[in-house]
Amino acid sequence: MAEERELTYIGAVAEAARTVLLEQENAFIAGEDVAGAGGVFGSYRGILDEFGDERIVDTPISEEGIIGLGVGAAATGLRPIVDIMFMDFMGECMDEIANQMAKMRYMFGGSASLPITVITMSGGGMNMAAQHSQSLEAWICHLPGLKVVAPSTPYDVKGLIASASRDDNPVFVVLNKLSLGNRGHVPEESYTVPLGEASVVREGSDVSIVTYSRMVGESLSAADTLSENGIEAEVLDLRSLQPMDTDAIVASVEKTQRVVVVHEAVRFGGLGGEIAAQIQEDAFDYLDAPIVRVGAPFSPVPFSPVLEQAYIPNAARIVAEVNKLLNDT
Amino acid sequence: MELNNETLLDIHHRMVRIRTFETEAGKLAEAGKIPGALHLYVGQEAVASGIMAHLSNDDWITSTHRGHGHLIAKGGEFGKMFAELFGRATGYCKGKGGSMHISNMDLGMLGANGIVGAGPPIAVGAAFSIKYRKTPNVAVTFFGDGASNEGSFHEAANMAALYKLPMLFVCENNGYGEYTAQANHQAIVDVADRAAGYGMPGVVVDGMDAVAVYEAADEAIERAKAGDGPSLLECKTYRFFDHVGVRGMGLSYRTDEELAEWQKRDPIHMFESRLAELEVLSNEDAVKIHETVLSEVQEGIEFAESSPMPDPATLLEDVYA
Repeated sequence: MAEERELTYIGAVAEAARTVLLEQENAFIAGEDVAGAGGVFGSYRGILDEFGDERIVDTPISEEGIIGLGVGAAATGLRPIVDIMFMDFMGECMDEIANQMAKMRYMFGGSASLPITVITMSGGGMNMAAQHSQSLEAWICHLPGLKVVAPSTPYDVKGLIASASRDDNPVFVVLNKLSLGNRGHVPEESYTVPLGEASVVREGSDVSIVTYSRMVGESLSAADTLSENGIEAEVLDLRSLQPMDTDAIVASVEKTQRVVVVHEAVRFGGLGGEIAAQIQEDAFDYLDAPIVRVGAPFSPVPFSPVLEQAYIPNAARIVAEVNKLLNDT
Repeated sequence: MELNNETLLDIHHRMVRIRTFETEAGKLAEAGKIPGALHLYVGQEAVASGIMAHLSNDDWITSTHRGHGHLIAKGGEFGKMFAELFGRATGYCKGKGGSMHISNMDLGMLGANGIVGAGPPIAVGAAFSIKYRKTPNVAVTFFGDGASNEGSFHEAANMAALYKLPMLFVCENNGYGEYTAQANHQAIVDVADRAAGYGMPGVVVDGMDAVAVYEAADEAIERAKAGDGPSLLECKTYRFFDHVGVRGMGLSYRTDEELAEWQKRDPIHMFESRLAELEVLSNEDAVKIHETVLSEVQEGIEFAESSPMPDPATLLEDVYA
């Protein structure tokens, strides 16, 4: 059997971006350092040479301007991919996101379409401190009109960016910066991963770990450790956060009767609360134990590597929470 | 469009349409027939009309919370507009937007906007779109003196100039950012001065003189279409009604004397005197135009009042495509 083709997570972004520009003549990319530099992490390396500066555009450091550019261009018939380097910078452009991009179609009675893909980065672990490490996906999942995906693998990166770019709604693709070097299978041909579909990445019968983004990897590590002690955890990678695949969550809960929800974002007010509430509404009768949430503590992301390690959820914490859940019930 | 007699009459007609619509809308609001907030455009008609006389449906505009005038000048129909203000299913936005989000994509009108300063970045996107497709059009963003203090304006101005986009920044300086006088919200007198900071021409225009607005826009549009980038036109104008509604909330932020001074330079009266002098439009014919437009406005109100309310089942439609 031929060896499977592999790409890094960041390499999948570049390949996805190139594919979108090849397939859609009205697609262009705009953002800070995207053209000449090829993206601060290399997300768009080679795109300028191949497509020219009409299709990949360096912008000033003006996030509100960048999102506005995307909104106006999309409403008038283009299909922009706009890059907001770190999602922490959404504070600079939240009006154009929340009050314009998310609502324009509705406010206009459905007459406007906004096919915008926003590519941005989340997550800590790189000692980038409080303003370059956050996981703020809950902010945008709360806004009707937006879709949000958070891929965990190179395969999903390429497939979800493809789906986002073909969707006629604004879609945020929330990447994870600590995953950028992860390698995985990525087919060379064009394909999509549908929006709104979760994926069971590990089957199990004793407990469901519902998670997304980089915490999928931590959850899989935790599941391996748990398995050594005879506990089989099912790991559900949500992939899409808005819309969320509630059916897949319910199906897993039906199977295991126990749930641990894991995300890197701050636990209070994070998506874990929403997921727990949905399970309570739709799968209460299946539950044999209270739902456990694993997330970051209620603190800004710290700088010192020692503090940051204590802050970000990891496999060991997930194992501990699962063991506690199983021992208590 | 040449500034010939036909154009003069066209500009006049746009101004009368705005004045009549807004005056009647104000009465309806005071009678409690329009839900929510109305920001009326009376006094500023020369700006929207002088600019829009240059534009087609393929030119895009972004508007402000005071947006009815822009939509009317862009060709908005009274019936669908009143229906939107009344929250009816037949409104331009099916009753989902109301006064502050009234829009029509077919007319190239990217919406009134409830957020001060939100329009310029969107217009940058529309202008980018025009440049990308290489069509001979422009995007125009209307905003106030108050919005010129928002970061969004500055980001948009910088980007439009950087990319030499086919765009006009039209500042309607009516002297007040909501209820705060210009002198209390910015240290400059002319917003047009800000254009220099972004490498674009900034021109001060008498915003009560529709011909002055028209001529300034002509030059700016020519420049934009030639690929030389955006311009900022600052139109000095005045809001005859209050920030919200007609008489507002009785706040003491401006004087009756100041209002009366500006009303002496009513843009429609001035324009009609000029048209009479030029023998383009007699006073009698002007009166007839006002009467005709008023009856059209009344028909629009009747259409809106007899239109159905939205079906609550449509509440969740249009959130997503």
